[in-house]
Amino acid sequence: MKMARAGGAIHAAMEGRSRIRTSAGDRIFDVCNYGFMIVLMVVTLYPFLNVLAVSLNQAQDSIKGGIYVLPRVWTLDNYMYIFKEATIFHATLISVLRTVIGTAATVFCSAMVAYTISRPDYVLRKLVTICFILTMYFNGGLIPTYLLIRDLGMIGSFWVYIWPGLIGVFNLIIIRSFIDGLPESILESGRIDGAGDFRTFFSIVLPLTTPVLATVALFSGVYQWNSWFDVFLYNSSHIELSTLQYELQKILQNSNITSGMSGLDGMIKGMTGSQSAVTPLSVRATMTIVASVPIILVYPFLQKYFVKGMMVGGVKG
Amino acid sequence: MGMRQFFIKLGRQRALLLMSLPFVVWLFVFKYVPIWGWSIAFQDYKPALGFWEQTWIGLDHFQFLFGDERFLRVLRNTLAMSTINLVLGFGTAITLALLLNEVRRVAFKRVVQTVSYLPHFISWVVAASIIQNTLAPDGILNQLLVWTGFIDEGNEILFLGIPEYFWGIFGVGTVWKDIGWNTIVYLAAMTTIDPSQYEAAEMDGAGRFKRMIHVTLPGIRPVIVVLLIMNIGYLMESGFEPQYLLGNGMNVDYSENIDIFVLKYGIAQSNFSLSIAAGMFKTIVSFILLFAANHIAKRTGESRLF
Repeated sequence: MKMARAGGAIHAAMEGRSRIRTSAGDRIFDVCNYGFMIVLMVVTLYPFLNVLAVSLNQAQDSIKGGIYVLPRVWTLDNYMYIFKEATIFHATLISVLRTVIGTAATVFCSAMVAYTISRPDYVLRKLVTICFILTMYFNGGLIPTYLLIRDLGMIGSFWVYIWPGLIGVFNLIIIRSFIDGLPESILESGRIDGAGDFRTFFSIVLPLTTPVLATVALFSGVYQWNSWFDVFLYNSSHIELSTLQYELQKILQNSNITSGMSGLDGMIKGMTGSQSAVTPLSVRATMTIVASVPIILVYPFLQKYFVKGMMVGGVKG
Repeated sequence: MGMRQFFIKLGRQRALLLMSLPFVVWLFVFKYVPIWGWSIAFQDYKPALGFWEQTWIGLDHFQFLFGDERFLRVLRNTLAMSTINLVLGFGTAITLALLLNEVRRVAFKRVVQTVSYLPHFISWVVAASIIQNTLAPDGILNQLLVWTGFIDEGNEILFLGIPEYFWGIFGVGTVWKDIGWNTIVYLAAMTTIDPSQYEAAEMDGAGRFKRMIHVTLPGIRPVIVVLLIMNIGYLMESGFEPQYLLGNGMNVDYSENIDIFVLKYGIAQSNFSLSIAAGMFKTIVSFILLFAANHIAKRTGESRLF
């Protein structure tokens, strides 16, 4: 009896002490954790805010340096300038075109193939699946692909942006997983009504898979908008097919490593003249913003979808 | 199933056939036909000659590659950078996921997550532009170093001009770009941990930090193991864009990897044979690694793909 009471007292004392200690520890942990999250956000966002500030600051003034997150002399001249520049305006147009056409084509074609390989009774299901999966393990590589594109006569053509990357295996996987998760009875109900596979695909599968198609559209759209290497590889001598990212890459490549934003870039200098209102620094900042803003505006709204897509694809793919 | 039955069934499924066959043809043209180009690696390829007129020289190009100092260097750079990517990428993403999981304010957590995904979506061209700014002599990093007294004004460091710094810059840059994105899978795995485990740990007097280490981390271990094994399969893939966009004449000894080697020999110098030999070597090693990784991942009980 005595023993038990003593034991209980010790236990209570220990629990009390440990509760105080852990809650103090927890508070320190929380403070450090929130502090870390804020640092992370600053490190992530500051570079963008800085570029944005430079793009909105009067060009000659930016050379003096000292611009951090707010412009000193506000202006929209830099933006006016780059959109008046025919090359950049046209490149933006091509970027938009390849993003819209490429995304639509990828979403539609991927959904169609994914539907066929989700039909359990399709006799070629295994074969088609394996043909696609195998390409995850090997590819011909850069030069053989380049030679193929050349032999197909696609160099100097807009379609070289669309065809080679039409269907990605990753996209197939996530769409197929989504279709597999749909209740079979819905797909069957169409069949009982006499709908063929085309009708089932268009009127049942496409509308029901919108969430996963939104994910694929985001991935594909981001890929198309951000691409510059295929432009460089296939169309570097076709200025009429250049894209925004490639124009920015050219500026980046020409800028000297010894200078950052304030460096003098021979190419833009030639383009703008010495007395111009814009400088290489401001043009580069402005193009960096134009090249990233469309994506920054879109992705937060699709977060719910792509997080789900990554959960399926991340473990399976 | 006999041939006859097979074709009868296929005939009934002609809609499915129509919906998939064109894309199988597409797949063969764009993904399988290029493999044929590997034959060039065994030839003394002359673009003007037809396939049957080429001189076959066996493994000479491969022999040359393994005696070539430059190729051995790009091989070293490839392995070094992919290893850095693997270790740093995993470590930072798991840490961030664990810490995010401890953030109790849902709205704040969502904001952090959305912000952390941002760099993943921008192109490497934009990222490289931003990294160049940050590392420039008048960039924010040098300013901070001057301000904190680590370096004197006028002695700013030319980060991208010092070869030995390149792997570090690459590692930090890649982490900056993908750390948030890589947490998605781990955070998803954490939602499947049984809440009673946390309660039990709390009863035992474990604080937040202890619970994170002893409950959450073991809870996501299966996912970590599978992803780790899978990523070993990509050891020959160290990326192309960051090295190409941030590389320059001064840091080339550390920034050039196999992909850039292939590009320079193949496109710039039109030495197709040597370039394809290098690319082929990479693909074959990757294939073996991926196959082995997949096999091991399957044996750990987590099935992959279909």
